[in-house]
Amino acid sequence: MAAHSTSSAMPAPAAGFKALIALVAIGFLAAFYRFAVGLGASTNLSDAVPWGLWIAVDVLSGVALAAGGFSITAAVYIFNMKKYKPIARPAILTAWIGYTVVVMGLAVDIGKPLSFWHPLVMWNTHSVMFEIVWCIILYSTVLALEFAPAFLERFKLTGLLKVLKLFTFPLVIAGIVLSFLHQSSLGGLFLIMPHKLPALWYTPNLPYLFFLSAIALGLAMVSFESIVSARVFKHEPEMDILEGLGRGTMIALGVYLAAKFGDLAVRGNIPAIFSSGKASLFFLLEVLVGAVVPIALYVQKSVRRSAGGLLLASSCVIAGTILNRFNVNFFAQAGPNAHYFPSIIEMLITVGLVSLMILLYRLAVTYLPVFHDQQKMH
Amino acid sequence: MATNNDKAKGVLVDLTRCIGCRGCQVACKSWNERKTGKTTLEGEFTNPKQLNSDTFTRIAFVEQDKGDQPVWSFVKDQCMHCQDPACLSACPVGAFTRTPEGAVNYTFEKCIGCRYCMVACPFNIPKYEWESTSPWIRKCTFCSDRIADGKVPACIKVCPTNVMFFGNRDDVLKEAEKRIKESPGKYVDHVFGKEEAGGTSWVYLSAIPFEQLGFNTSIPAVKLPNLTWNMLGGIPAKVGALVVGLSLIAAFRNRGSSRSDESTEGKEK
Repeated sequence: MAAHSTSSAMPAPAAGFKALIALVAIGFLAAFYRFAVGLGASTNLSDAVPWGLWIAVDVLSGVALAAGGFSITAAVYIFNMKKYKPIARPAILTAWIGYTVVVMGLAVDIGKPLSFWHPLVMWNTHSVMFEIVWCIILYSTVLALEFAPAFLERFKLTGLLKVLKLFTFPLVIAGIVLSFLHQSSLGGLFLIMPHKLPALWYTPNLPYLFFLSAIALGLAMVSFESIVSARVFKHEPEMDILEGLGRGTMIALGVYLAAKFGDLAVRGNIPAIFSSGKASLFFLLEVLVGAVVPIALYVQKSVRRSAGGLLLASSCVIAGTILNRFNVNFFAQAGPNAHYFPSIIEMLITVGLVSLMILLYRLAVTYLPVFHDQQKMH
Repeated sequence: MATNNDKAKGVLVDLTRCIGCRGCQVACKSWNERKTGKTTLEGEFTNPKQLNSDTFTRIAFVEQDKGDQPVWSFVKDQCMHCQDPACLSACPVGAFTRTPEGAVNYTFEKCIGCRYCMVACPFNIPKYEWESTSPWIRKCTFCSDRIADGKVPACIKVCPTNVMFFGNRDDVLKEAEKRIKESPGKYVDHVFGKEEAGGTSWVYLSAIPFEQLGFNTSIPAVKLPNLTWNMLGGIPAKVGALVVGLSLIAAFRNRGSSRSDESTEGKEK
């Protein structure tokens, strides 16, 4: 059994591992505190800013970070790009863990966590939030089934594995469709407030821009963690795959950028880029860090062929896209009374959730056949 | 969604008549059994500064200068009771309903506390009980219980200067236009709420341009729920197109491949 886990190659619980566990534990304590005293006493949320750090990072960004799951499975199974098969399972794992953490983030954020099941029986099909809840539930289920083979292989349940393989294509297609709906609906949340969200971000096409930027972010996230995993587990990064991923990220960013600025131009909002004060500053920062700089890096073959270069470029995409979600969320609420900076409890819970993601990923790749060489041993 | 009928009520708030006595604020608290808190005045007379979960209506005191004389305007704020409410469409569990009388009301038992109604409302009306561990969304109820009883809302009942004209919404709009016509030059030629956000049950007349009194005049004259329904309504078609499209691409790109995907290892795109 131990033969096909990399635990032998991994140093016994390293300092980083212990730190992760500590951060997760602190996050859980902070969550208990939040449930015990309520949102008012534990957060800096207010009537002026009802959606804060948790919505911007744990939900809006968390879902986008999971977009590698459907992007890679689409490339491998729909477009038959076999080269990327080895990273399909890590990408699905990331997405599944991402969604699990998103659900936990939502549970902390909603005011009545024990009523979380209401959307299952109380339907309002005119609500974007209703669509989002259903997308989370359905896509989490699809991701669990897509990742299930890792468990079945690990415990040698070949019969079940064969049955599940029959559903590979339907699951992949369901995953893509649900991801499209979910990623775009997160942008769709803001369609109802045309006079609140500045013209730099508001467009009827915001759902599509959320979808396009999520693809770029998802791909960047997969290469980011592939490189980091390779360093942590001391194996050679598969540069051929990573080079292709870099090119894919670059193309996705290019499409996103063209769509974003094309939309601004068609709506006559180009002047707003420089005339919107603080919003202009954050918009430019988001575009530069999240798209322009990484494209400039990815076009260079030398960058695409170096792990360090790809790490830098994908970090830019991750930071820039998270900033985009922050911008949309906060500028949509930025009335005259809007002052917000997250409380310590809010930050501890978010840090705890991010640490939990890393911890679960690390446990999964240690004890389950996730990476290509581990799968091959079967 | 909600359509008007002859039962739909409306209120005309004629700001030129308000003297800022805040009787409506007190009557509202008392009828709705809301807590009173200790407040302080900090350089302005508006008190409290914002609506909150215990204050469903309040008078904003707006000070302007006309020549060297200060001029006061008193602006009553409360839920506008939209004809097509953004909060109602935003709520994932349908915790908001619109009564035949036009009141937009909230059901705590359904609410999950996502607060999308607060973010979606064009007038920033729904407020949250942040200090509670079982928090309600709170806002003006149009005194639906009183209206059902054939009475007028508490704030209207108590107003000493007849600032508010209560009736069927159609009659309320006629009254507003009549007042503009009968006193040329007295009012700004605009009934705020007639068109804003697709039309509201509460509408306003003012002698001073609305934007100077803190009204958000950038609220478009469209039914806001349509903006999200444009996306949601298209979902079945999009899902169908994606499933068919993806299946076709998969069939085309995977033609000739054997069922087992391992056997084609190394055969690149």
